[in-house]
Order: sequence, then C-alpha cells, then structure tokens
Amino acid sequence: MVCGMRISWFLFSVDSLFWCLGRARRVYRRIGKTSPKYPCESFKMSSSILQSESPRNPRLTWEGCSVLLDINDGDRLVFARLSPASTLKIGNKSFSLKPLIGCPFGSLFQIENGGNGPHLARVMPSREEGINCQEMEEMKEEQVIKDELRDNRAIVDNNKAQSLSSEDIDAMRSQGATGDEIVEALIANSATFEKKTVFSQEKYRLRKQKKYAPRVLLRRPFTRSICEAYFKKYPARIGFLRLDALSLLLSFANVTANSDVLVVDLVGGLLTGAVAERLGGKGSVCNTYVGNNPNPMDIVRIFNFDDEICSRIMRSPLAELASSQVENSKPNGENKVGEQASHPVNMDESSLPSTDQSSDLNSESIVSPLTKVFKCAKAGDKAPPEVITTWKENGFTSLIIAAPQSDAWSLVKDLLPLVANSAPFAIYHQYLQPLATCMHKLQLEKMAISLQISEPWLREYQVLPSRTHPFMQMNAFGGYILSGIKIFNHQ
Amino acid sequence: MLPTDELKKISFTRSVRDGDLVIVYERHDIMKAVKVCEGSTLQNRFGVFKHSDWIGKPFGSKVLSNKGGFIYLLAPTPELWTLVLSHRTQILYIADISFVIMFLEVVPGCLILESGTGSGSLTTSLARAVAPTGHVYTFDFHEQRASSAREDFEKTGLTSLVSVGVRDIQGQGFPEEFVGLADSVFLDLPQPWLAIPSAERMLKQDGVLCSFSPCIEQVQRSAETLQSKFTDIRTFEVLLRTYEVKESKTDSSQVDGSSVGLPPCKRRLRSKDSDDMHDDSSTTVMVRPCSEARGHTGYLTFARLRCPS
Repeated sequence: MVCGMRISWFLFSVDSLFWCLGRARRVYRRIGKTSPKYPCESFKMSSSILQSESPRNPRLTWEGCSVLLDINDGDRLVFARLSPASTLKIGNKSFSLKPLIGCPFGSLFQIENGGNGPHLARVMPSREEGINCQEMEEMKEEQVIKDELRDNRAIVDNNKAQSLSSEDIDAMRSQGATGDEIVEALIANSATFEKKTVFSQEKYRLRKQKKYAPRVLLRRPFTRSICEAYFKKYPARIGFLRLDALSLLLSFANVTANSDVLVVDLVGGLLTGAVAERLGGKGSVCNTYVGNNPNPMDIVRIFNFDDEICSRIMRSPLAELASSQVENSKPNGENKVGEQASHPVNMDESSLPSTDQSSDLNSESIVSPLTKVFKCAKAGDKAPPEVITTWKENGFTSLIIAAPQSDAWSLVKDLLPLVANSAPFAIYHQYLQPLATCMHKLQLEKMAISLQISEPWLREYQVLPSRTHPFMQMNAFGGYILSGIKIFNHQ
Repeated sequence: MLPTDELKKISFTRSVRDGDLVIVYERHDIMKAVKVCEGSTLQNRFGVFKHSDWIGKPFGSKVLSNKGGFIYLLAPTPELWTLVLSHRTQILYIADISFVIMFLEVVPGCLILESGTGSGSLTTSLARAVAPTGHVYTFDFHEQRASSAREDFEKTGLTSLVSVGVRDIQGQGFPEEFVGLADSVFLDLPQPWLAIPSAERMLKQDGVLCSFSPCIEQVQRSAETLQSKFTDIRTFEVLLRTYEVKESKTDSSQVDGSSVGLPPCKRRLRSKDSDDMHDDSSTTVMVRPCSEARGHTGYLTFARLRCPS
C-alpha cells in the first residue's frame, strides 16, 4: 500500500512537468489505477519512511509534522507538532496527540472513553452527517413551518429550565458517558428545549456540544490558516496583516516559482513564509534588515516546509546588499546575533501567559517535548556571498515591505535600487500618511510608475436558509498597500 | 510572462528583444499589450513609436515617439495582463483573484480545475501560482471564447501550465479523468450548484472549492448544495478602496477652495531638503479615497471537501 502510493506520487511530480492535455489523459488513467484510497486507519508510517527522502503524501500527517488544531469550529486555534509524546490540553485534561499521526488532514477528532481512559479518536462522518443529512434537511424544513408559530414569549430566564445539576453530569462522566450522551441528556432534561425554534434548538445543541463534546479538527498549516489563526489570536505579532492584505502583497509583487523576492518582514516571518510557499523551492526570498539584528522569522517554522523550500529562505543585512562590493570576510559575530534572534520557536502558541484565565479555552497549552528534535531544516540562514553576488548582478524580481513600525520612504529609497527594472513592489503599512508621502516622493524622484494606494475591505457572510446576512462582527481595517513598478532611470 | 524560463526573467541586464511581449504604459489607466516586432510601429495620441527603437532598451525604460511623446515599456505580469486583456466576459480583478488563490491554498505543483474560462484573467494568476510543475485545466462551453483564451495563453507563454477545454461543466461535469486529482476547483458559472456534485468527485481529500457568484441567490443555492459533502463553508466579499495623493500649496492665512487640487509643484519641492519640508506649512501631501470604486464584484463561497471515513 505504502509502496503504491509512493510510486503514484513520483509519477505525479515527474510527469506533471511535461503535460499537455493529450498526454495528461494517459497519465491520469495510470495514476487512477495505482492510486490508493488512503485507508488511513490502517496506515502506519514507519520511521524508515520518515527518514527517506521519498515524497510523502502532504495530505496525511506524519510524525514531526506541524499541524493546526481547530477546536470547536475556530473557537480555539492551536499550532502543534505531532509526536507520540505531544499533548493537547482540553478543559483540565491533557490528551495525547499520537492518534493524529498518519491521519488525513481534515479529520475530525473527539474525546472517547476507551480502555486507557479518555483519549482523542477520529470521528467518522458517515455516522451522523453523511446518511442523515438529507432527512435532517427535510425535517428541518417541516420544522421551519411550525416555527412560524413559535417565539420566545414563554421562555423565562430564571435558571430553572435545566434539571440536570453539574453533580449529575460529573456522575454521568465518571460512569463513562460520552460527551454526546451528556449533550442528549441535557436536551432531554431541558424544560424549554421543545419550545425553542428549530434554529435556536440547533444553537443550543451546538453550545452544549462545544462544552461537553469538544471537537478537534486537523488542519494543514498553510499561509491561509496560519494568517487567519494569528490574526484571530495575536494580530499585533503579525502587524495586523489581514489575510486579504497579505494575498494582495503576493499578487502585487508577482511572487512565483523562480523569482527572487526581497522582503522586509517585521511581521514575525509570516510574509517570508508566505513568499516561500509560493516559490515552492525554486528561486529565493531574502529577508533583509537594517542594522545588526535579523528580523525574527519564527512563524516560518509552522509551515511544513521541506529542506528544499527552507534552503531558499535567506537573510542578509541591507548594508551588505547595498554595498558595491561583496564582502567575503567571515561575518564577525553577526551570526551569533542571528541565532539569538531566531531561537527555536516553541510551537506552543498558547503556552504564553494568557490574560484571560477564566475562559479556559485560551489558557490551555500543548506540551511537546520533541519540538526541538523535529524542528524543520534551517530556514533563514545568512545568504552566502555567491548568492548575494547573483542578486546584485541581476537585481531582485520584486520587493515586499511589511514593516509596520518603519518609515516606508526611508526603506524604499534604499531598497528599490536593488530590484530589477520593471520589477513590481508592494508596501504594507497600518497608517496612510507614510505611504502617501512615500508615493509622492517616488513620483518626484521618477523611481516608479503605476503607483497606487489601496485598502482592502473584507466582509464575511452568514449564509443560511432565509437567514443570510453579513456577520454582525467584522474586522474593519486591513491596512494600506502602496504598489508600483520600478522604472529604469538613466541617472 | 513567468520567470520559469530563465531567459524571460527580468534582471538588470535583461533588455527588450524582438518577439517579446511588452506592456506599453501611457498612464495608470491606459495600457496596452504589444508584441515587439523589428519592423513594426505603434501609433497613439503621442505619435508614432518604432519598435526598433525599443529593442535593446532595459525593461522599465521610457521611449520616445517621433513627436517627442513618451511611453514606458514594462515586463508583463498577471496583474498588468488583467488590465490590458480584451474583455470577452466580465473578469475577475486583483482583490478577488488574490483572495481566491490564497483561500484555495494554491501552491506550486497543484492541479486546478476551473470553469468557465471567460477572458482568462484568473487563469493567468492561477498558472503563476501552480508553476512550474502544476497545471490549470480550464473549461468554457463557448468554443470561440475558449480558442481566444488559448491564443492569449500562447501570447503570454503559459501554454505549458494551462490547458483550455471546450465543455459545458454545468451540464456534463468535469471530465472523468480528473476524478480525485484536483487540489482545488474554481467555479464561475451561472448555476454553480449544478457543477458542485462533479467538482466534489474531482477534489482530493480536504481539497477546497470556490464558487464566484455576483448574486446572493446563487450563493444561497450553492451553499445548500455544498452542505452535504463539504465543510468549512464560508462566503466573503472582498473589495478595494483606492486613494489619490496630491501635493497642495495651502496658504494658512487665506483658505480658499481654489488652492486644493493644484498640480504638484515639483520644482519647488526638489530644491528643498526633505528635512525642512515638514516645517514648511505651505506644501502638504494630502490623501483621500478616490470617489469612484467598484461597489460589488461577486461573492466568494469557499468550501472544503469533508474528509471521508
């Protein structure tokens, strides 16, 4: 099984280089036959596979893999590295993440009571959603009609609706009741449940499910999920760079495989990682910095980058890039500084002191002692002199600046000369004025054309039968972006 | 267009060559794609430009016409292409395009299915995102549109990354040979719900689908169809507000409307040191939103294929 999968992946990557439509048809059929259906429950990843360089299926987790755990539909987001010893704290208990190893991304887990006590186990969707979905929908529709007669006039907020006490629930738990059973019991003992509309019944069920039968969804750490998670939890660490703004930066700067992108990343490595993801191991991204201290790039390690991609992530001080001669001398203790700045990241985002101890969801933590062992190959090494020489000779193919604390113009005037003629650039800033001034100067100095300041606006919608509207809460500010194209200047 | 071909990559030493596709930039809103051809000329309101004058000039150069008018020659990018391509249909613009590519988790090596092709605006950006080893298979039921798109991809040098098929995806679904192979699927169809069952079969486990619809009724119906096999169903609207920057001479003692909107006073500013510019209250850089904007493009509905048991 494992063997078959590896062969098909090999075919996939090699042949894809030469595809034209006619040929692709043949190749596809071949893959179709050998491609397994990923029965992951029985799929065991031996350590020998882990060591080997063969392309692994990126849609299955492996030991040492970085994952994003989405607990209860985004209520809580935790980055973790999977190892037999790593654990996730839910409520006041720690659960081993071992059962998550070798499972497909997108799998759902719930707490189950087994022989060795409560543990995380995969939820098979067919049980509830798959079969009953259609019936449920029909039932709901009937209910909706009845609902028109119901409202909340009979519901009194006196805390007496629920006849189960917390002692009763604890007792159920100690007798080995599952979370789902507790939820059912709560519904059965609620005096008001039947009086609620079908929508609020649903809401009630969901609320109880989140509390008594939490669900853990296994997610791939992509720019999308990493940016969303950080924006939700620690927006200040990524300079309030919203996903739509980040995606615009990548587009404006024409980031693609084989390009050489110069970045100033003061958003924790999110930008560098996002660029590296788009390079896919071809080309380079250089995170430059003013002074002696490289910008921290901890977020880069959350991505599951292979060695090839990691090796394309480099850093270099601006002074070195801008100097007319390449210095061949050994960096004098500068490396040490770099080491300190990019200390091994602890994937445990939530172990940081939380200000809100009472809302347990945010103060829990993951303990993963193997983090260091499995940290990815070194991304963000100092650029070797020969690479710097190439950059100087050819120029970077684009420039992206996300430095919320810095003045845009003072960076651009030094950085723009380093990029090739006709190269696009994009600058993110939280404030408008620095960008306006920068744009004006670029015009006056005749350094760039096609200059534009844009502000992205993003609104999410609730789409439900007869209840579609924008979400009541939205983020009202995604920052500003100055984009343009460098022109050839005779001087 | 893409640096996949080392020869096409922009650099300090790369100059315009015979046969290159260049973007002729007149103004931020007047651009044109031109294939450089030794004996050819370009004629516009600034005069006549000889292509032979362009050859050997670095990209990003300003070139002159017989009358002394000028334009800039730019290397093509998917963003510039979106601004110059011929509109055979309503097209997607940068805000939607960027967001779609990000949310569909498109990375190099991915296999993407798209329908309809339309004018190929999104397709060009998808190709950039999957390069150099991935592929975009795009389908349109309109024979002529498909062949125009094919010609465009030839012009932009994307044929190794994009294949255009003529097919009614709503009626027939995606071709069977793609079952279980698509990393992501993008639908821009009048009745996307008809194509969703097919899209679902094409997707790899945990793969993401996006449907772009201008009307909320389309979204409503698509979301209902998605419910059975998809999870993480989310609908967004993404827009851009652009700003205009002006330098104005504002006399603090005598405020009158006529001073606002004066053209930038370049010479005066040049002669000054940038440091004492702030002290000089008579000139200020001012910024305000442009008064015209796209108010609506479409709703983007994303959904992730639910993991099978």
